[in-house]
Amino acid sequence: MREWAEYSLEESGGRATVTITGPLTVSGIGRLDPELRKITDSVQFVDISGVTRVDTVGAWVVHRFAEDKGADITGADETAEVLLETVERSTSDAPVVPPRSKIFGRVTEHVGAKVYEFGNGVRHNIGFLGAIIASMGALLLHPRRFRTKALVRQMEQVGVSSLPIVGLMSFLIGIVIAQQGAVQLQQFGAETLTVNLVGRITLRELGVLMTAIMVAGRSGSAFAAQLGTMKLTEEIDAMRTIGVSPMEALVIPRILAAVIMMPLLGFYACVCAVIGGAVIGDVLLDIPFLTFLARIQEVVPATDFWVGVVKAPVFGLIIALAGCYQGMQVEGNAEEVGLRTTAAVVQAIFMVIVLDAFFAVFFSSIGWI
Amino acid sequence: MAEDDPQNDSDEALLDEAHDDIPERFTGDHPISIRGLKNCFGEQTIHEDLDLDVNRGEILGVVGGSGTGKSVLMRSIIGLQIPDDGTIEVFGNDITAAEPDEVIGVRNRWGVLFQGGALFSTLTVGENVQVPLKQYYPELSQKLLNEISRYKVVMTGLPEEAAAKFPNELSGGMRKRAGLARALALDPELLFLDEPTAGLDPIGAAKFDELLRELTDTLGLTVFLITHDLDTLYAICDRVAVLADKHVVAVGTIPELLETEHPWIQEYFNGPRSRAAAATNERQSDAAAEGSGKALDKPQGAQA
Repeated sequence: MREWAEYSLEESGGRATVTITGPLTVSGIGRLDPELRKITDSVQFVDISGVTRVDTVGAWVVHRFAEDKGADITGADETAEVLLETVERSTSDAPVVPPRSKIFGRVTEHVGAKVYEFGNGVRHNIGFLGAIIASMGALLLHPRRFRTKALVRQMEQVGVSSLPIVGLMSFLIGIVIAQQGAVQLQQFGAETLTVNLVGRITLRELGVLMTAIMVAGRSGSAFAAQLGTMKLTEEIDAMRTIGVSPMEALVIPRILAAVIMMPLLGFYACVCAVIGGAVIGDVLLDIPFLTFLARIQEVVPATDFWVGVVKAPVFGLIIALAGCYQGMQVEGNAEEVGLRTTAAVVQAIFMVIVLDAFFAVFFSSIGWI
Repeated sequence: MAEDDPQNDSDEALLDEAHDDIPERFTGDHPISIRGLKNCFGEQTIHEDLDLDVNRGEILGVVGGSGTGKSVLMRSIIGLQIPDDGTIEVFGNDITAAEPDEVIGVRNRWGVLFQGGALFSTLTVGENVQVPLKQYYPELSQKLLNEISRYKVVMTGLPEEAAAKFPNELSGGMRKRAGLARALALDPELLFLDEPTAGLDPIGAAKFDELLRELTDTLGLTVFLITHDLDTLYAICDRVAVLADKHVVAVGTIPELLETEHPWIQEYFNGPRSRAAAATNERQSDAAAEGSGKALDKPQGAQA
């Protein structure tokens, strides 16, 4: 059973004495401390000769109580004496958490900071893009500084390793489009148009868009987390002091890898989606698999392919830019890495969708319908 | 003060939550007892047939070349590294038989200072100190917790404003002290320190040594101290254990170690740095003995 420290209050001749007994330790102080705080009478002496054990927490509670009441501590043995002296030397009134301002001030401050951050974020993003272009230019002048190995490694990370998941996702999307399209088109007896639906929508829009979302989630977040952690562990500072530009060694390979791999992945995704559609055509619509593929060639104009492929590198650039920018902005603690990674993914997906809308309008206006 | 909300109403509720199983203070001779410890990482054997007993109330310095597994030994004792063979008893409980998160009744009786401080980065220093207190003693009021964390922070030699700062706002040396404040939060019986004075300035390191000696003497602490700091070894360690050749080749006071034949020990304690540290320590001890008033109760070299 657990023991608790206890106290008793005695008065004799106008002098009050608080006598404390039991273990005056962190494990035994829990009940005594609030009770001592409730004593309002004046106390002249605190007798601790009856305590069995004492540690710094116990010594602190007795010291604070005696200090508050202006009382003298009696009956302290050698150990208690030393501990009392130790805690007395360590007295402090400083706050344990940073002071917080009032709610109204906090809210307005928060809103203001957000607005300021947004403006700053846009400016810095553009600045970051500029810095990338500048280092690209420097690399063109000194092509030997270019990190081919790093680029190939990033291309593998961004592109090759994501082939299975991008393929599976696109295949399933192809199936869903074909199946849903077939159900609707059958009502007009136009189920053979499912081929047009699958071919055109995947090549123009969905193939590249879904790939971009997957790459943002997979690689954009990885860029932010990698660079952010390197920033925290001072690896990036170490690179700078050695004379290696983090822009050239870390950022450019990632940006280029995303820009190069996105069109390839996007086209691969379209192929997988068309195969998915063809499978459904074979099963549900009695269109033979090979006939479905042959019809795709007839009904999908080449411009559809270009509409998809032109967008892909731009999306890749946006994703890598957001990931690297947020990663390089990490400062402080581990929590920041998580926040920045989230920001990188959200920013990338949002920008990809906004730009996709612009592209849709643009291509329609130039007659690539 | 804003954070000192009175909690009188909830005190009773908090008391109900209090754990009942507070173990008695350890009274045996060896708080740590290791037999036949073996640790491997893949093909590489770090420890083999390692035996070590730590006496109650002593400061045991652990030395050894880089890569001899000093930190791994500490991680094994505190249950973070499951050994491949052997037994480790802490306060008479077998650590190796339990899962890392399972060892209860031991964890609230030790404090650990990791090499880098390992402070929780989203909490202030004061809140860091409160984490173990809240975990084991939920009955303590927030008011008392704040008071405790404040004096612990100052006790370890940090300026009082440091309590409200986040770890990333502190220098490396301050982080170490804050780590010590957290390790001492529960007034533990056993303290593990992994290179506590590395990276501190000499004045700060000497103060750290002094503080450690004082706490050990007054609280009856047992300290397992990994260090490369020769001054620390001479100034405060009662005994020194030497790790080499995958096990503890010798344990004893520094004069005792000097009599052993082991080449690494000879090189270590007879090197120029070691002799300088020994000379400094002798001078300080003489000065302390001559000085009027409170003579520092430091063991000269070491005590048997």
